[in-house]
Amino acid sequence: MSLGVVVFPGSNCDRDVQWAAEGCLGIKTRFLWHEERDLSGLEAVVIPGGFSYGDYLRCGAIARFAPVLQEVAAFAERGGRVLGICNGFQVLTEMGLLPGALTRNQKLHFICEPTGLRVEPGQCSWLQGYSSGEVVNFPIAHGEGRYQADPELLKQLEDSGQVVLRYCSNPNGSVGDVAGLTNSQGNVLGLMPHPERACDPATGGVDGRRLLASLIG
Amino acid sequence: MPLFSARVLVSLRPSVLDPAGEATRAAAARLGVDGVSKLRIGKAVEVELEAPDAQTARAQLELLSDRLLANPVIENWTLELKDDSSAGA
Repeated sequence: MSLGVVVFPGSNCDRDVQWAAEGCLGIKTRFLWHEERDLSGLEAVVIPGGFSYGDYLRCGAIARFAPVLQEVAAFAERGGRVLGICNGFQVLTEMGLLPGALTRNQKLHFICEPTGLRVEPGQCSWLQGYSSGEVVNFPIAHGEGRYQADPELLKQLEDSGQVVLRYCSNPNGSVGDVAGLTNSQGNVLGLMPHPERACDPATGGVDGRRLLASLIG
Repeated sequence: MPLFSARVLVSLRPSVLDPAGEATRAAAARLGVDGVSKLRIGKAVEVELEAPDAQTARAQLELLSDRLLANPVIENWTLELKDDSSAGA
């Protein structure tokens, strides 16, 4: 099992993901610089949190054109497992691998706090270690995490079971309390909360471990 | 090659909440400017582009606006392509 972790100029959770995967769970990781095109030997890829390319224009808008992401898109297309956390979720929506968009928090504040989430794993391969309706606690840390989709799209996502994570107490005004989404195949997951920050007991909880542990299940 | 100037205006779609616009509207009232019933914040992007003719310039700018400058999921855009009569060859 080998996990790729994308590194953009401005990524700041890449090493957190490495610690959670390799340090806490023994999953071998390899950093993928944004100009890298070689994903050989990887069974999954994480697009971590941060401020890719400064998040100029819109969050994730510039990152979408990074060479590594052309390869990640093809990798996902082939059924490869892709996880986008926080800025990574924003990047996945800009790439079109997940529908909708992430916008400025309703109350404008950057919010950094532990958050309760209700899990509905459905077909999402990353969440098979969680039971339906289970409540977990992951930290959030974002200023632009308000999920936006028109009512028709939201209904379609709900009907197809793609809304796999919802806030118990909506912190940012996301429609449908959406905290995380999967694609129709279940191999791509994007979420605003940080499971990698809930893997080491030193940081206050280990609810995120089962998400990454699904790679070695 | 002629140089074309354009301005692309990017605005949030009407259905999308604009909390920054709402906060600014509240500040307008504190300034003493009453009666501001709507205030929404967008972006103006000024672009200069070399292209063989106006038609090509427009096509390139439309691609740029739709695929990079605006995210059609949440934003609308309008393109103002300025007259190229002053552009040098």
